[in-house]
Amino acid sequence: MNKLQIIYNGLVKDNPTFVLLLGMCPTLGTTGSALTGMSMGLATMAVLICSNGAISALKNVIPDKVRIPAYIVVIASFVTVLQMIMQAYLPALNESLGIFIPLIVVNCILLGRAEAFASKHPVGDSLCDGLGMGLGFTCALTLLGAVREVLGTGRIFSLEIFPENYGSLIFVLAPGAFIALGFLIAFSNYFKTRHA
Amino acid sequence: MKKLSSSLPHLILSLGLITIVVGAVLAWVYEITEDPIAQVEKQKKVKAIAAVTPPFDNDPMAETVEVEMDGHTIPVHIATQGGKLVGGAVDSYSMNGFSGEIDVIYGFNRDGEITGYQVIKHAETPGLGAKMEQWFRDPQGDRSVIGRNPGTKELTVKKDGGQIDAITAATISSRAFLDALNRASRAYQQAKTQYNE
Repeated sequence: MNKLQIIYNGLVKDNPTFVLLLGMCPTLGTTGSALTGMSMGLATMAVLICSNGAISALKNVIPDKVRIPAYIVVIASFVTVLQMIMQAYLPALNESLGIFIPLIVVNCILLGRAEAFASKHPVGDSLCDGLGMGLGFTCALTLLGAVREVLGTGRIFSLEIFPENYGSLIFVLAPGAFIALGFLIAFSNYFKTRHA
Repeated sequence: MKKLSSSLPHLILSLGLITIVVGAVLAWVYEITEDPIAQVEKQKKVKAIAAVTPPFDNDPMAETVEVEMDGHTIPVHIATQGGKLVGGAVDSYSMNGFSGEIDVIYGFNRDGEITGYQVIKHAETPGLGAKMEQWFRDPQGDRSVIGRNPGTKELTVKKDGGQIDAITAATISSRAFLDALNRASRAYQQAKTQYNE
């Protein structure tokens, strides 16, 4: 398979958030603002590329019966490394993402891609898949974060567009995440069917 | 290379090797990041102390009085200028937050009036309880706690018959904040007498 095609699939055709509907917990939890959404997406992407690569490289030495525990161990170690590095060198970002960094371990995008893609494809393709899926996730989270931030606080990336008082608090809270996500998926499906 | 079959020795060997390698990698990264993480934590603390207390010329981290309260040890960092006590910063906490513990550092002047505060750790709801970082220094209405003296009368939210406007839709977080504040004030009063002795 063409590597660009793989990246495009992750980014658009099989977008993890809008099409596969994977990883909904961080999607809803960290998109209170565009910046936290984007950072979460990038953090997930970093882990996803590493775990996809490692699992693809190890796929022949991992017997089928222990593959899930083996994948989880690999993913968890990358997440822990990422968290320690962020604590040491990006403390502010680490604080704003809080519990969602360690929770990347149980993000089903990672295990899903390990199982569905990395365990069946060569390392190069798996890295591309990680990149594509990671980018798709990052874009989706940034978009959702931006929508919620604008509607909730009147700002994008903390740049004021209209005064906060006209914003609707619900979009910063969990119910707003569901509403905004629902509409974004609806739009994405609308454009897709029109193109098809 | 052919895929390993799922025989018992293979399972043990494969998973065992993976966990050993992973353990080694984690230990190595921990070694590397241990110091920077401790530095970050300490710097945050020093900055927080300087931000909440009146100007001082000593090292408040070195002059710390530990006060026993409610089964916990609360560190009170004493700030002095020219050898005279000008105030202090108290590492206080409350277990009554909406999502568990909140840690706040409060600054007091000589008379026990609040000179500032900084939230160190919390897990309150973004957009609601998380607003405590700004809310309680906002001069609008009765939000601000700055300049008030909880030593003479403990501060509570208006809903509980107190003096402070709670954060809109986050009364629990506000109560926890004031709980930590009153605890800090009591610890500070106690530390002051201990320090003067």
